Amino acid sequence: MATKLRARRLRRTSPTSESRLVQFLLIAIALAFMGVILLLPLYAVFHEAFIKGVGAFFAALGEKDAQAAIRLTLLVAAIAVPLNVAFGLAASWAIAKFEFKGKAFLITLIDLPFSVSPVISGLVYVLLFGAGSFLGPWLKSYGIEVLFALPGIVLATIFVTFPFVARELIPLMQDQGTGDEEAALSLGANGWQTFFRVTLPNIKWGLLYGVLLCNARAMGEFGAVAVVSGKIRGQTTTMPLQVEMLYNEYNASAAFALASLLALLALVTLVLKTALEWRFGNEIAAGH
Amino acid sequence: MSTAVSTARKGGRFRRPSVIPGFGLTLGFTLTYFSLIILIPLLALAIRSAGLGPESFWQAATDARVLGSLRVSFATALIAAGVNVIFGTVIAWVLVRYRFPGRRIFDAIIDLPFALPTAVAGIALTAIYAPNGAVGALFAPLGWRIAYTPAGIVIAMIFIGLPFVVRTIQPILEEVSHEVEEASATLGASRLQTITRVILPSLTPAILTGFALAFARGVGEYGSIIFIAGNIPFVSEIAPLLIYIRLQEFNYVGATVIATVMLLLSFALLFVINLIQAWSRRRYGYGN
Repeated sequence: MATKLRARRLRRTSPTSESRLVQFLLIAIALAFMGVILLLPLYAVFHEAFIKGVGAFFAALGEKDAQAAIRLTLLVAAIAVPLNVAFGLAASWAIAKFEFKGKAFLITLIDLPFSVSPVISGLVYVLLFGAGSFLGPWLKSYGIEVLFALPGIVLATIFVTFPFVARELIPLMQDQGTGDEEAALSLGANGWQTFFRVTLPNIKWGLLYGVLLCNARAMGEFGAVAVVSGKIRGQTTTMPLQVEMLYNEYNASAAFALASLLALLALVTLVLKTALEWRFGNEIAAGH
Repeated sequence: MSTAVSTARKGGRFRRPSVIPGFGLTLGFTLTYFSLIILIPLLALAIRSAGLGPESFWQAATDARVLGSLRVSFATALIAAGVNVIFGTVIAWVLVRYRFPGRRIFDAIIDLPFALPTAVAGIALTAIYAPNGAVGALFAPLGWRIAYTPAGIVIAMIFIGLPFVVRTIQPILEEVSHEVEEASATLGASRLQTITRVILPSLTPAILTGFALAFARGVGEYGSIIFIAGNIPFVSEIAPLLIYIRLQEFNYVGATVIATVMLLLSFALLFVINLIQAWSRRRYGYGN
């Protein structure tokens, strides 16, 4: 009798959960799949980066074009991310603090870039500024190059990272309502004081969360930037483009060395993002 | 939020009065920025496309190589989304329902494809699945090639699509009330019956949404695919790559036509996703 009971307990913990064996099998399947699909590529990047030794790794990173690519990537992110932060703050203020017609439609529009293929995000700027367009030659007559230059790369990066900050802040600010701001205003604060001293502290963790995701994508964007960059070595190649060029020149270890920096950025982003979720989960957004 | 919108409509005014300042400034900035970055470039694409006239548009859209690339993109994205739905559901289930060591780390790792630049993922996957790679070497003796065939495209699409499925199902699975399962068990249903007849039906909208999101992302994906695909026309050449090739040839018309067809298809898909979610909200009272 007692052994029979124990056997039953081993098979099933409660009527609303599966037997131990099924649980074990499902966990094994899930972890094996994640191991092969997600962890193996991550391991491969670092493995291949150091395949020729630590010396070769640092030599590849110290190379002139690699340095230029790193500088360009940092510069592009330093322009694109703050602009999208400004947009995210403005859009979430307008959407969360006011009621107006067409609001739901505006929220849908903000997510639009996510459903556009990166290559098309680059293509639209080629059509707008390239040969045969109206704007391109006109700007060129004033000495302003957009395509195959920094402005084009920045524009394409802004396009693909457009929704990140806004979509993080909109649900968060909608959840928080307008009570705090109304209190501040009734106590005599002006609009900017209310924003900087009341709203911003309320949303700081959600904002940081959005900036992290936006920055990771801005530094790692490939398809959209590949179309507008022209890939002039040492001038318009960002880190992902430099990785591609090195790889196509059969210089795989140098490609992986540079790629490992981007993978490191991804890991740091994931760790910070997870830390924010664990520590400030309720202060980030309703959407998670 | 829907009640807020309907009260705004009832007023008959564009905006409901509020003591909070900055509506004009923030909405104005939002709309201007959106127009400059997203709307005008997309309109440039639409105008270019419309300017072609229906006959030459149709001719360019039904070019054999274009149709071939669309077929490759859609077929591989369909398979990858299918694989992701099966394993993504198992992963979401395991992460929500079971407690095991390392669960929170695996939960964080799910977002890796969002954070890892696509070009990095692309060369890493190629290194693994090439005939001399860690996984490729296992299949090479059997005469199976993964990298440089459509199978490689499917692998890359599984990588980038997985988080869409898991992150769509997870929150819904957390919301499924335990009482329903208890009721089902009390009424004599076996665990399998409870899962297939009670839990899975309430997950259906989330699973469909996850499928559609992963599918849409796969169709538009470029960076992680081009390294592993082999890029042979009619066999393993994806539509975004063909856009890129047309641009390199300065064939703007060809690029524009493929982009327009892809955009129309992905907007149709977006519409379907919204329909599923509206249906889910009506049927189950929640959606995401």
